[in-house]
Amino acid sequence: MKVLVPVKRVVDYNVKIRVKADGSGVDLANVKMSMNPFDEIALEEAIRLKEAGKVTEIIAVSIGPAQAHDTLRTALAMGADRAILIIVDGAVEPLAVAKLLKGVVEAEAPRLVILGKQAIDDDSNQTGQMLSALLGWSQATFASKLELGDDKALVLREVDGGLQSIEVSLPTVVTVDLRLNEPRYASLPNIMKAKKKPLEEKTAADYGVDVEPRLKVLRTEEPGTRKAGIRVGSVAELVDKLRNEARVI
Amino acid sequence: MAILLLAEHNNVTVSELTARALTAASQIGAEIDILVAGKVAQGAADAAAKLAGVRRVLLAESDALENQLAEPLADLIVSLAGGYDVFVAAATTTGKNVFPRVAALLDVMQVSEIVEVVSPDTFKRPIYAGNAIQTVQSSDAKKVITVRTSGFAPEGNGAGAPVEALTAVADRGLSVFLENRIAKSDRPELGSARVVISGGRALGSLEKFREVILPIADKLGAAVGASRAAVDAGYAPNDWQVGQTGKIVAPDLYIAVGISGAIQHLAGMKGAKVIVAINKDGDAPIFQIADYGLVGDLFELLPELERLL
Repeated sequence: MKVLVPVKRVVDYNVKIRVKADGSGVDLANVKMSMNPFDEIALEEAIRLKEAGKVTEIIAVSIGPAQAHDTLRTALAMGADRAILIIVDGAVEPLAVAKLLKGVVEAEAPRLVILGKQAIDDDSNQTGQMLSALLGWSQATFASKLELGDDKALVLREVDGGLQSIEVSLPTVVTVDLRLNEPRYASLPNIMKAKKKPLEEKTAADYGVDVEPRLKVLRTEEPGTRKAGIRVGSVAELVDKLRNEARVI
Repeated sequence: MAILLLAEHNNVTVSELTARALTAASQIGAEIDILVAGKVAQGAADAAAKLAGVRRVLLAESDALENQLAEPLADLIVSLAGGYDVFVAAATTTGKNVFPRVAALLDVMQVSEIVEVVSPDTFKRPIYAGNAIQTVQSSDAKKVITVRTSGFAPEGNGAGAPVEALTAVADRGLSVFLENRIAKSDRPELGSARVVISGGRALGSLEKFREVILPIADKLGAAVGASRAAVDAGYAPNDWQVGQTGKIVAPDLYIAVGISGAIQHLAGMKGAKVIVAINKDGDAPIFQIADYGLVGDLFELLPELERLL
């Protein structure tokens, strides 16, 4: 079974981003970029499925600028077999990404697409569900456990209030949550080997997809900041402040 | 401008989150229908009909809709799309599961987790774990929107709206619901609680977490939250996680115990009215946003807090 793993190049999760003073966006110059952590978990799951003999080939795909090469090399070093980079400069929205991925799915015929539930830059949480809808496939979002069979997959989902298990027919789209697994680090020999693995470049036009954004970003601003509070010296003082100053208990 | 609001419900009644999403919807337009999709869900439909400013409630019932599986629910919403310009849902795990599917089928770019309605086509939404707020204008003819409910007060009750039954669309059987493992609790819901007390890695174990945090939660009538580190370590269940990828809360009082304050956690709670931080490490980032900070050993301070409440 072929598996497709879409991976996004995003600002590293440890970076505290800066909003540009003129409101035009987030300053991405000289900022460390990494693979979206949720996509890393999705890739790890695909690699484990391959190690368990349930998957024959893992194709990593990224949509973004030429620098997303690095993200795909990381994916190859972790264990993907080959990679596809669809070069799109500038912002590309989840709807356009889903349409491009649909094109890749039609060309590659995977039975499973597994990806992060959201990207930590735009926090949209849409791409997997949109891809599933466009393909007319089943979907299982927010997966914290995946058991892959030949025609079906059992997925434990993290939902409000607890966990939900569902069974989805293949082919399917699975989006992963934090607790599915802990991704491995690429070893140095695997990083060297990854340089020889195939990485194909495409454009949005190859898939006939219009990537023009539908949402116009009018402004990007800092969130309201909280004013600094005080330190209290004792529990008694804390309870007094909460009762008589803040009046919240 | 007709709006279809997807109800968040358990077939028996509607969640308060629906009333909050209704507030956002009413800022977009006036003709609001609420869709209750479930099974034996008359109770939820009747509760939705009591909410103020609702034109009518549409009740769709079938086996496939009982647990609001994404594929049949999205198909149902799309079958109703001709009559609506705007689709609104609370950004719960149900809303997040279903709405992007609806958006893609309508060829619309969804606006996720809005925190403010600027105008009927322009919204504010957080990006980068809430470290930036984007104002976006949708150019799509139809709008598909999820609402971060902590940003909107719940709509009250009104004169009452009629409930109309719909015929559910055929299920294609792509997914099958097996089981919910939902912990029963008498505590308030994390997403709408007035007081939240959260524990972090410093609690050290599941037993200590329960021993130290829960008695205070009981005294304050608070919901219980946790940091990602505490959930990953198994001290607390996954649905207690507060943060960028967990629950976003905005209670009147948020008490962070043994939580250092990673940006991903702050993203989930910095909308709280009053924040209390209790932590051994006086340099922990949580103190930079706390209204009241108390430095010390939480295993001594928390039992004392319980006694004084």
